[in-house]
Amino acid sequence: MYKLLLCVRYLRTRYIALASIVSVMLGVATMIVVNSVMSGFANEMRERINGILADVIIETNSLNGETDAEFHRQLAMQAAGDQIESISMTVEVFGLMHFRRGGQWIPRPVTLVGIEPENEAKVGPLVANLDSFQTIREDGIVTREPLRKEGEAPGWKLTEEALAWRSEWKEYQRRHFANWPAREAAEPLMPEPPAFEPEPGHAEPQFDSPATASPEPGIAAEGPVQLEVPLPLPGIGPAQPGQVIPAAAIDDGENVRQASNPFATDEAPDLKGMVVEKGRSDIDAPLPGRLYIGAQLVEIPRVDRKTDKVFIERLVKPGDDVKISTVSAGSPPEPRHFFATVVDVYKSGMSEYDANLVFCNLEYLQEMRGMIDPQTGKGAITTMKIKLKDYNNSDQVVKQLENVFPPHLYTVRTWEQKQGPLLAAVDIESAILNVLLFLIIAVAGFGILAIFFMIVVEKTRDIGILKALGASSRGVMSIFLAYGLALGVVGSGVGVVCGLLFVRYINVIEGGISWLTGRKVFDERIYYFPTIPTEVSFWTVTWVALGSILIAVLASVLPARRAARLHPVEALRYE
Amino acid sequence: MTDSILLPTEHVSATAVEKTYRTGQHNVPVLRGVEMSVHRGEFVSIIGQSGSGKSTLLHLMGLLDQPTVGEIHIEGQRVDDLPAATRDELRNRVFGFIFQFYHLLPELSVLENVLTPLMIRESALTYWKRKKEYREKAHAILEQVGLSHRLKHRPSELSGGEMQRTAIARALVAGPQILLADEPTGNLDVETGQGIMDLLRSLNEDQGLTIVMVTHDEAIAQQAHRIVRLASGRLEILEAA
Repeated sequence: MYKLLLCVRYLRTRYIALASIVSVMLGVATMIVVNSVMSGFANEMRERINGILADVIIETNSLNGETDAEFHRQLAMQAAGDQIESISMTVEVFGLMHFRRGGQWIPRPVTLVGIEPENEAKVGPLVANLDSFQTIREDGIVTREPLRKEGEAPGWKLTEEALAWRSEWKEYQRRHFANWPAREAAEPLMPEPPAFEPEPGHAEPQFDSPATASPEPGIAAEGPVQLEVPLPLPGIGPAQPGQVIPAAAIDDGENVRQASNPFATDEAPDLKGMVVEKGRSDIDAPLPGRLYIGAQLVEIPRVDRKTDKVFIERLVKPGDDVKISTVSAGSPPEPRHFFATVVDVYKSGMSEYDANLVFCNLEYLQEMRGMIDPQTGKGAITTMKIKLKDYNNSDQVVKQLENVFPPHLYTVRTWEQKQGPLLAAVDIESAILNVLLFLIIAVAGFGILAIFFMIVVEKTRDIGILKALGASSRGVMSIFLAYGLALGVVGSGVGVVCGLLFVRYINVIEGGISWLTGRKVFDERIYYFPTIPTEVSFWTVTWVALGSILIAVLASVLPARRAARLHPVEALRYE
Repeated sequence: MTDSILLPTEHVSATAVEKTYRTGQHNVPVLRGVEMSVHRGEFVSIIGQSGSGKSTLLHLMGLLDQPTVGEIHIEGQRVDDLPAATRDELRNRVFGFIFQFYHLLPELSVLENVLTPLMIRESALTYWKRKKEYREKAHAILEQVGLSHRLKHRPSELSGGEMQRTAIARALVAGPQILLADEPTGNLDVETGQGIMDLLRSLNEDQGLTIVMVTHDEAIAQQAHRIVRLASGRLEILEAA
């Protein structure tokens, strides 16, 4: 009884103990805040990766893919149909995207993904990642309403804005080319204006397939001299009939392509007439190849010299044309090049994907890569993305799918398995951070140790009295252990409350700090989040609280033992 | 107060006790063979110069310390070699201590200080159950020492005499058989000291409490039944008071 009473009295009268309470509190609060924010970020990241990868991914081992998407779909549905919510058939292949900038072709290594947007949207948040569906905010003010209506199915149609831009630069280009012969005479190597985009038809010879343009593929593919000069002009340059329509020269299977191309009506018309036409017209129509390009492929942050603010400059806009290089199916793979129109910008918030992915319309990509069986007209696919009804059954589904998709042809993995190293790295990072942060609480523990030694020295006489009155050594020890426990409980209790409040109001606090320092602490243009994501895990909070209480008790063991060992006569020796 | 059987034998006795403290490499003998016994109901003073070992003898008899050589007996039974837990228990139930510097716990009120021995004796649960009874007991004893108006005060708010009365009340509350007083008046003026002595004498006479008191003041010592004189760790004279 006296232990409790004294413990409570010491807690109330020893203000120095408040210091240790505060240090425990700060440690606990920091751990809770950092853990919550980290797991908030990690969750957000997992969600995004999961969104891009879908739940289960079946990949063919060969680059050529396996023919007939419908057959694969049925096979998967037979194996695990009751678990599958939807499947998206895609072709994934590496490639290069080139865009024109400052008179040069700038290449970007990319992963080219052929998708059917409606199916892709069913396995992941495609719509949420496409720029034209988003409301753009700057410092909380809406600067652009969504360009497409909510609920509109994602597709390959260009928005009005993109079409307008397309007409604009096309018009500019036409005027430029109209003047070109005269200009060349005056200044042959005049730099091009930044907005200049080459017309695919003009650039065609550079990317001409070996079969039609050059007997030597290597030379044709390089063509550096030609790349630099917007040389061939319809009517002026040495245009050949086969080169006027862009895709015609690329693919030998003209008839197949025509039949299967969903954008046959968008087909670029004879370019010979375009020089004279003005305004938006069919000649400004987008190319049959359509793309969603990853935002970070074409965005660069810049600092505005006047306002000192960071803004994002987009080098390629929807409506522009870019060049895509990839390899054909078959052995050996051959380089394939085509022009395609950018329909939208893709922004998932995962830089690994935003700086890498280019989505293309599936059938066009299949066609360009020669993945369409000329006899049946069925396209091959390389990757199946499957969304499950319940992700908890994923291991079982993977087993079922492995039974029908033999491992020498296919790899069946969950998204977590596919992203294993990244997820493991995040886990390790968070574990190390926790260890480091726990050191803060350990420091608080040493604070308690030191303060308790002081209190024991200060209370030597009282300990002697208690012993003279019959208190056992264990009793005296338990006073100080209970004292440490009380400090730990109070400290971690207050810490938990402070930490949770901080997490709850973290965005308000962030706003306050931004206002104070005049600098945005959490810039959504860098992190892609409008607010700081947090997730409070009950178990984390529990472990942190219990851990810090334990540390407080452990830190009080040594002083408590010292108190217990005090000899009553020594302790009572006169002051 | 004494509920054990009254025997003509000694109540507490020290038999040939020696106590040596070790300071560094030197052994400092404090008691060099002291033989002393106190009868039940007796009021004995131990008197001697500073460093004569009188306090040490008191501590040995009160089981606060263990003799290097020799034995301590309570009612003929050896107690100095008992296990620590038993000695703690004996200190709590058999002995009451009074110190020169009162040694009250500064964080506790007068009432709580008085209740400390009972809190130490009982577990939290039993104490809680018998709280009312104990409080009444403490009230009664504080009334007896004349402090019933100071229950809620902190020791720092009391005068020296009041503090010593609180200490006496604390020593009495556990119902001890033997009261060990170490210079109880040493820090008080003559008048207040005499008040304390009167209180001790009345406890001895009315309740038959055995009292052993250490003092260096001849006048105070004279008020006991018997005086034991110590000089440099040995008995000097034995004489009847």
